[in-house]
Amino acid sequence: MASIIPAPAESLVSVQGVHKRYGAVHAVDGVDLEVRPGELFGLIGHNGAGKTTLFKMMLGLIPLSAGDIQVAGARVGEGGFRAARRRIGYLPENVVLYDNLTGLETLQFFARLKAAPLNECAGLLEKVGLGPAARRRVREYSKGMRQRLGFAQALLGRPKLLFLDEPTNGLDPEAIREFYAILRGLREEGVTMILTSHILAEIQERVDRLAIMTAGRIRALGTVQALREEMSLPLWIEIRPGSGGLERVRALLEGLGVPQVEERGDELILRCPRSMKMAVLEALTASNVEVLDVHIREPSLEDVFFGFSDLEAGHGN
Amino acid sequence: MEIRQVGIIAGKEFWDRIRNRWVLAVALVFTVFALVIAYFGGAQQGTVGFRSIEFTIASLVSLVIYLIPLIALVLGFDAIVGERERGSLDLLLSMPITRFELLLGKYLGLAAALAFSTLAGFGLVAVVLSTQLSLNALFHYFGFMLSSVLLGMAFLSLAVMLSVFASDRTRASGLAIALWFFFVLVFDLLLLGALVVTGGQYGGEIFPYLLLLNPADVFRILNIFSLEEVRTLYGLATVFPGRLAEPWLLTLVMLAWIAAPLGIAAWRFRK
Repeated sequence: MASIIPAPAESLVSVQGVHKRYGAVHAVDGVDLEVRPGELFGLIGHNGAGKTTLFKMMLGLIPLSAGDIQVAGARVGEGGFRAARRRIGYLPENVVLYDNLTGLETLQFFARLKAAPLNECAGLLEKVGLGPAARRRVREYSKGMRQRLGFAQALLGRPKLLFLDEPTNGLDPEAIREFYAILRGLREEGVTMILTSHILAEIQERVDRLAIMTAGRIRALGTVQALREEMSLPLWIEIRPGSGGLERVRALLEGLGVPQVEERGDELILRCPRSMKMAVLEALTASNVEVLDVHIREPSLEDVFFGFSDLEAGHGN
Repeated sequence: MEIRQVGIIAGKEFWDRIRNRWVLAVALVFTVFALVIAYFGGAQQGTVGFRSIEFTIASLVSLVIYLIPLIALVLGFDAIVGERERGSLDLLLSMPITRFELLLGKYLGLAAALAFSTLAGFGLVAVVLSTQLSLNALFHYFGFMLSSVLLGMAFLSLAVMLSVFASDRTRASGLAIALWFFFVLVFDLLLLGALVVTGGQYGGEIFPYLLLLNPADVFRILNIFSLEEVRTLYGLATVFPGRLAEPWLLTLVMLAWIAAPLGIAAWRFRK
């Protein structure tokens, strides 16, 4: 595991040597993880990488095969964990609520269970944009509305720790923007959040740190920038030469030894190591080929993610 | 254990059944059947109209013994597996509630709905008949109502147990029907068969005790043995020893039938 930032001394979530086995399947295979107070922490991985299993173990929903998890000062599964749960909010992946209740009744039911003040409910519905639908039955809600209601439920009782499993599933872009605006507000209040998302581009601008999970293990942990650097992933350079320049540029690049050059329409797209970037640009300037546009693209979180996944697959073989 | 949390879950289950008119529908079924039986139960013998509380109760027992277990099993079979299959169980369990509190809350809420329908449905009939009944008859009828509630609770407990064990709703519903067949139809036939095959030579003494292994039979004994006239009519006194027919003893057996499946369910659900 690549640990870029040392584990903090005090953490709100502490996962140590955790394993989960289902028969021969090792769903979670020796995970260590520390999440600091006030942090917005992202957990990414393919389906079946073990994210949701890890989430459920942190919430005490499934027992550990081995290891230890402490959340908000209590060991998961022990007596003191009930009190900790009152300060934890959880939005499950594809949240399912009760069709026969109205939005307001749903929140009131969960508020009672969490011993949260009932007068909080109406305000929370407003906050997630469900104010006008408060007295409609959940049966009539769209997928996005259900997701918002699930989110409002997670905010009951002013939690200091939020677990959000694929929270933007089913939300339209506008709603996703509003959702992250709420998260920013919560972060200012010092709420710690752990979220998973399959929309990697969405996470990369928003999390403080993230962990990449594959095959039940955390392969990388750190800030997005630190992970990019650690991976030393190649850059993408898109070059649009003037008419008739395509072949000359291609020859130029091949002369430089650029490993991967693709033609797409009237553009050449090359993937090259960061160290080669300046050489490519200088060669382009020195040759008097007309170049209409050059675009340099940093590796995205997707690239980082697939980079680690590829490494993993390489090790596996 | 926090009683408050149990109460919140129970309250939701109960009000869900009130709101979707389940309680009303079941109460109406009980009322209509009880009235029909009370007035037309003697039609085969050529009499129409209310005859005696003994005959009414005896006829009602034959009906209730089929109906209540079925209603209770249908009510409870998806209590846990339904939440699990829909995907709402994880969210519930992430709340500050233990698995035992959730299970008990579910059971008590459903039990309250079933008890309420039973008492309301049969109670209405008692009110209608009250002018024609003596105090003693009302007492017997009241006993019948209470034992009906206990019968429902016992089968509801079985239903909740299988809803914990079953991996999906379809299997749970199949198991519920199988349980109903076993306890309501097959069990007595098996006992009878055993008696016939052995020519009554073996098992005759343990036969009454075997009946206690079926809550439906316990219910039948509870009601029929409390009525002198019915007991002699059915010729049951020779089969069932009086010392076992003590209402308090049978009630205890019934309570065990409520507690045991719930206990097993709680043990299984704890993981």
